Amino acid sequence: MKRFVADLHIHTCLSPCAELDMTPLRIIDEAVKKRLDIIAISDHNSAENAGIAMKIAEGIGIKVLPAMEITSYEEAHVLAIFDSIEKVMGMQEIIYKNLPNGINDERLNGYQVVVNENDEVLGFNKRILFGATGLSLKAIVDAIHSFGGIAVASHIDKEIFSVISQLGFIPDDIAFDALEISYNTKRQRAEAVFGAYKAIPWITSSDAHHLNDIGRRTTSFFLEELSFEEIKMALKGQRKLQWSNGLIK
Amino acid sequence: MLKVNDIIEKIGLDIRVSGDMYKHVTGCYISDLLSDVMAHSKDGELWITLQTHPNIVAVAVIKGLSCIVITNGRLPESDTVKKAESENITILTTPKTTFETAGLLYNLLRSE
Repeated sequence: MKRFVADLHIHTCLSPCAELDMTPLRIIDEAVKKRLDIIAISDHNSAENAGIAMKIAEGIGIKVLPAMEITSYEEAHVLAIFDSIEKVMGMQEIIYKNLPNGINDERLNGYQVVVNENDEVLGFNKRILFGATGLSLKAIVDAIHSFGGIAVASHIDKEIFSVISQLGFIPDDIAFDALEISYNTKRQRAEAVFGAYKAIPWITSSDAHHLNDIGRRTTSFFLEELSFEEIKMALKGQRKLQWSNGLIK
Repeated sequence: MLKVNDIIEKIGLDIRVSGDMYKHVTGCYISDLLSDVMAHSKDGELWITLQTHPNIVAVAVIKGLSCIVITNGRLPESDTVKKAESENITILTTPKTTFETAGLLYNLLRSE
């Protein structure tokens, strides 16, 4: 088995709350510098910068998974990670139909920038991407699975926008593939607080909104080869995964 | 002390699930973060929320709340209704906002 270091939660300049220098090109550069093997591009309720990140990473030995961080009706965040641009776009179509109506107020919320492989601005996404969709957590997780994707409960340790903050505890009938512990909570503390949820695998990731954040938390996957199927096997307990407080290889 | 059925009658709430209608309402707690309700609500309180997920029933059971009031015209999910029926938890709804509902309830509880 070979070890692959993953940071599965990175926002680009498409997320209104991320820094504008979080372009796919710079994110890939930073990920290479930090010797990451796998990253997921996960903007709020959109994947419009994911395809370009995949293209930039071609042939340089880093696997980019297209993803989204979706906001449920209950205002809990779910990471939806896929293995192809077609699948993430299929999911995006469902999400776009269920976003609140209206136009993003860039002055209040920040810009939502779509860029190309040369860091040039292609346009601004005008949807209210920070808003909650009209879809329940269960509907979102079921839709992710219908596209063969991985559903992760985002930062379950956060006091807002986490499944636990919104719903008190993780409902039994929602089939999360993994739970994410954020940068803010050390492994030991997570074990003490979330010990009841050991039946679902835990990952950690950076939730990067700045370039410096990338790789500040990573999960190591021990796989036969670097593939989406192998990552899924690790989440089913058929391969090993491991993480601790923030160090990368 | 007012009971759940008194409150329904006096401030006009729609019954979605009738549990123990004779439970005493000791006060009110308002929050849409279930983690916060678990931490701070008290036994016998009426809980006003916008959340409609089945977990609201579990929180009401664990905390001994007298009933759940869902505001703003939102309705409980079908699984929430089923769970409330089996746990004997009253769920009420209203088209009024949380502010209006709380105001009516505040005056009512104060007048007792």
